[in-house]
Amino acid sequence: MNNKISFKVNGNEVESTLPQHARLSKVLRDELNLEGTKVGCDAGDCGACSVLIDGELVCACLTAVSQVEGKHVETVEGLAANDTLHGLQESFLKLGAAQCGICTPGMLMSAVALLKHNEKPSREDVEYALGGVLCRCTGYTKIIDAVLDASGSGEIQSVTSSNGVENCEVGRALPRIDGEAKVRGDEKFGADNWPENTLLLRVIRSPFHHAKFTLGDVDNFLSSNPEIYKVFSVKDVVGDNFHGVIPGFEDQPVFADKITRYKGEAIAAIVGEREAVENLNNEIFPVSWEELPAHILPLDGLRKDAVQLHENMPNNILTKGYVECGDVENNISNSDYLVEVNSKTPFIEHGYIEPEAGYAIRKNDRIEIHGCTQTAFMNRFSIAKFMGINEENVRINPSACGGGFGSKIDLSYQPLIALAAWQMDRPVAVCYTRNESIQSTTKRHPSEIKLRLSADKNGKINALDFEGIFNTGSYASWGPTVASRVPVHASGPYCIKNYRANSLAVFTHTAPSGAFRGFGVPQSAVAQECAFDLMAEKIGMDPLEFRKLNALENGVPTVTGQIFDSGVGIKDCLDALTQPWQEAAERAKAWNDNSKNQGIRYGYGLGTCWYGCGNTGMSNPSTIRIGIKKDGRVVLHQGAIDIGQGANTVITQIAADAIGITIDAFDLIGADSDVTPDAGKTSASRQTFISGNAARISGEALRTEILRHANVSKDAKISFDENAILLQDGENQQRLDLKSLKTNDFGYVFMSEESYDPPTKPLDEKGQGEPYAVYGYGAQLMELLVDEALGTVKLLRLTTAHDVGKAINPLLVEGQIEGGSAQGIGLALMEEFLPGRTENLHDYLIPTMGDMPEFKHHLVEVADPHGPYGAKGLGEHVLIPTAPAILNAIYKACGAQVYDLPATPDKVLAAIKRSKKLTKKI
Amino acid sequence: MVRFERPQSLEEALGLLQNQQWQVLAGGTDIYPAIGSKLHEYDVLDISRLSEIKGITLNKKGCRIGALTTWREIWQAQLPPAFYALQQAAREVGSIQIQNSATIAGNLCNASPAADGVPPLMVLDAQIELTSLNGTRHLPISEFILGNRQTALNEGEIVSAIIIPNQSLLGKSHFSKLGARRYLVISIAMVAVRLIMNDNRIRGLAVSVGSCSVVARRLKALELALVGKSLSELDELAWGDDFFVDISPIDDVRATKKYRKDAIKPLIIRAIRAAAQEESKL
Repeated sequence: MNNKISFKVNGNEVESTLPQHARLSKVLRDELNLEGTKVGCDAGDCGACSVLIDGELVCACLTAVSQVEGKHVETVEGLAANDTLHGLQESFLKLGAAQCGICTPGMLMSAVALLKHNEKPSREDVEYALGGVLCRCTGYTKIIDAVLDASGSGEIQSVTSSNGVENCEVGRALPRIDGEAKVRGDEKFGADNWPENTLLLRVIRSPFHHAKFTLGDVDNFLSSNPEIYKVFSVKDVVGDNFHGVIPGFEDQPVFADKITRYKGEAIAAIVGEREAVENLNNEIFPVSWEELPAHILPLDGLRKDAVQLHENMPNNILTKGYVECGDVENNISNSDYLVEVNSKTPFIEHGYIEPEAGYAIRKNDRIEIHGCTQTAFMNRFSIAKFMGINEENVRINPSACGGGFGSKIDLSYQPLIALAAWQMDRPVAVCYTRNESIQSTTKRHPSEIKLRLSADKNGKINALDFEGIFNTGSYASWGPTVASRVPVHASGPYCIKNYRANSLAVFTHTAPSGAFRGFGVPQSAVAQECAFDLMAEKIGMDPLEFRKLNALENGVPTVTGQIFDSGVGIKDCLDALTQPWQEAAERAKAWNDNSKNQGIRYGYGLGTCWYGCGNTGMSNPSTIRIGIKKDGRVVLHQGAIDIGQGANTVITQIAADAIGITIDAFDLIGADSDVTPDAGKTSASRQTFISGNAARISGEALRTEILRHANVSKDAKISFDENAILLQDGENQQRLDLKSLKTNDFGYVFMSEESYDPPTKPLDEKGQGEPYAVYGYGAQLMELLVDEALGTVKLLRLTTAHDVGKAINPLLVEGQIEGGSAQGIGLALMEEFLPGRTENLHDYLIPTMGDMPEFKHHLVEVADPHGPYGAKGLGEHVLIPTAPAILNAIYKACGAQVYDLPATPDKVLAAIKRSKKLTKKI
Repeated sequence: MVRFERPQSLEEALGLLQNQQWQVLAGGTDIYPAIGSKLHEYDVLDISRLSEIKGITLNKKGCRIGALTTWREIWQAQLPPAFYALQQAAREVGSIQIQNSATIAGNLCNASPAADGVPPLMVLDAQIELTSLNGTRHLPISEFILGNRQTALNEGEIVSAIIIPNQSLLGKSHFSKLGARRYLVISIAMVAVRLIMNDNRIRGLAVSVGSCSVVARRLKALELALVGKSLSELDELAWGDDFFVDISPIDDVRATKKYRKDAIKPLIIRAIRAAAQEESKL
């Protein structure tokens, strides 16, 4: 059946000798080496593999290569004409339509197909035409803008730079400096660029939530599958089988040992020739299973008769968190008003379009891992421990990362391929299926929250009492971080003198809950922000005024007793929304008063946030090295991994201003652990703030070194010529010849390497201390329509006001806000991971291009004294206010209180009915 | 050794089907997600080249939609207003990528309770043409799809066309799909209606509801009760349980049973009104 199939790709005649049923995506990537076409799901759910066949858009993963015989296939690689980008590629780059870049080829090809049929598409046309491609980073709006821009609509405005940036890089709305490879489809992700003779690894996983297992006759299995070479399991582990992300909580086995604790847990890995592994039916793997009783809800885990997941963790409790100030008991009961909100949120899947993938290769006594990750050095530490070798013998050389959002901090595929490559003498690669990715990697913690809030009749908050139970899954992962962050943040950015917040992380037989943009705070904000609206209503106050009245200010202690002298920006955010809030009220009134709109109600609602940047009350330094080569190029060792958020660009902008040069002087070296110092993990909204500070300090040190060497004043201007630095000091010009200078061990004639660690104080037993040096603040206003007969919600407009301290790059700031809000929309309205049930991207729903509101942004800049040029973190803040803003707007529209997420149409309709019954009774 | 055949004619395909079991491959949009990684274990019959069973023909006897007609071809075709529901459904199948590949017969043979194509074909009283070397037979769509992933297709048979009888070309129709997001969504519930109006009264009505039972169903009692009514009477009418005896909504990951029951009435009323107002295509 291996007849040759001849067809054209991007104008060139090609042949495939793969079996005729082979997916076109596989032929393009594996046989023709056109890896610009990405695979995100192999099921037509994500559209990343979209290509044109004879001008029409299809999913290459659903197309048999037999069906393209004699046809013309167009892929992203065919768009640019050598040096000249296609107009769509230019617009995508210019307008920030590509973040991580994994969906970009699919988006581009969809847009090409659209413009072939329709030269002047409307916004709706674009949404429909690109609606088959999922993006988890951008929030889609900038992609739609880019397509309209490329079609010559002329209406699309680029994001503008801040004022006064003529002579600097910070504040400029630059297109991302690593963007061209992304729009060309040249970016290499975890599943790309595997070496020629790479073996493939497949993971064998538990089909049960909780089970006992015994491996069968592996030797017989291997001998009847000659191209499968080895099966790895716990007995092959030389070092420590257990890993974790927090010291003292390394409880997760790489290979389960006799017992599995969640569906999808790895028990073994098989390695062999690629085709043999791809064609292997897992059902013939020799293993026998005995299903054991399991619980997947934390309240069941807390029952006396519940199965205990870990012997050393009694009652299935991983950890608790606590913050207390003032006297809650007396002030809850003795106030004018009391409201209570009970909220529930489910598991949320990160839903990056790039599944976990990478390859490992052994070089003598060293192991190298190339693949997607959010942290090179934590991976290096964990792999060394697992392999029983020194850290110096592990190299983590990250590929581009096709989205992470927290889940790619934890180990997943890395130890498996490291172990296999170490023993096999050939490179070993793996690429998770979508099903494996959803089943086995970390999730957002489900929450069950009870929150009570009291206030006096003037609108001043008296007390807030918070109890949150978090489902931490089967292993610790970031459970302790969620448990400690939530009590610190559950007050929101408000002055609350009497405060008590308890959190509890409970083990269940589910995938480990870990880090996901906001570490538990989006969950607690749902309860807190919705309680605020209910309280404002009870008092008879406007919800915005209620928040302004209680907002935290400079000089006022937070609930952990920390006092900031400057930089508290929540009031500025609320002020920025004052006029939009009034306008929303007018639009709502006009709509709701119009009898034509009967049954469709207009609502508008607020959500706010604060979020501490960096680890909670502990050291988390970043180090940045910058060197100048003899040829005059500035090399930035940029270790802050760019998972799409834009660290490559932002850190370079900061370094440029610190040295006093332009960004085109730079060459970047990524977070390769062999050559770039540790800039910490990409999480906790820490990179702009912490690595940015390291870049600033390092840049300043380099500048000082150059100026000192040239003996010029501190105001001298630095620029570059071939093999030389030019210095302009007032009237004096100097040319510093670099060729004559000696290079150091790193090959640099000038070099600086500096670290920054934010000043914090650990929390005491009452949760008092200074957990973060910097908080960022934000507020969002959602306007929407609720269909009272169907319970459906249509989002209209999201007005955002985020205090970023200083927008290092306003274009990227907007990209973060829109992408984070899109995830907040998913949390509010549709996302729910049910272990064993929603393990693909058609049952697990993330927002599509048609689910976005129009965005209006107000970038608020209240400088922080610690932040580089005043900048604060932003990455996680942006999704916190969105869900509560939606829920408050739904309530405002129709009286429906939905605090059990997601607010799917059935839940909204049920809540509308409850509210109508209530109204009738009154 | 497994086989992969690409017959050039229907006759050749039927000959192959006569002799052994095949996994039939047309647009690929259901097979690849379901068994794509195991396709090498199957004998695959790729019928995508059978141009005889592709395309739409409309004449006095009715309309014949070739089995391999894609959803894209259906929504792009010039068809009478009775087909608007089918064309609207065609625009809602998956995404453009899916609509370009997926075929109408594939949607029927896959027999998902949430198949977008089924309710609009039911209100058109579609007949399924089944062909084998022994000849051709026709089944009403409701007798073709028997259950979740179950059809009346016999061994050696292929769906060759969907036939819409002449009398079903009358009236206007409308389709609406209710889901938790805008695109790429499997419906919570969907409704197709075909409506013939006279003097502002309903003269003829066909209503079909999908995703609310293992196979989409026509609501015959409801159809009868509404004939003779004006559009303004729809809300006041007593919508008894007997209207919905043919469907049996369930709780699943997409919605509750109760919600489906509640949502059907407004969906139907709105679809009837929309069909009445349908002026131009799409």
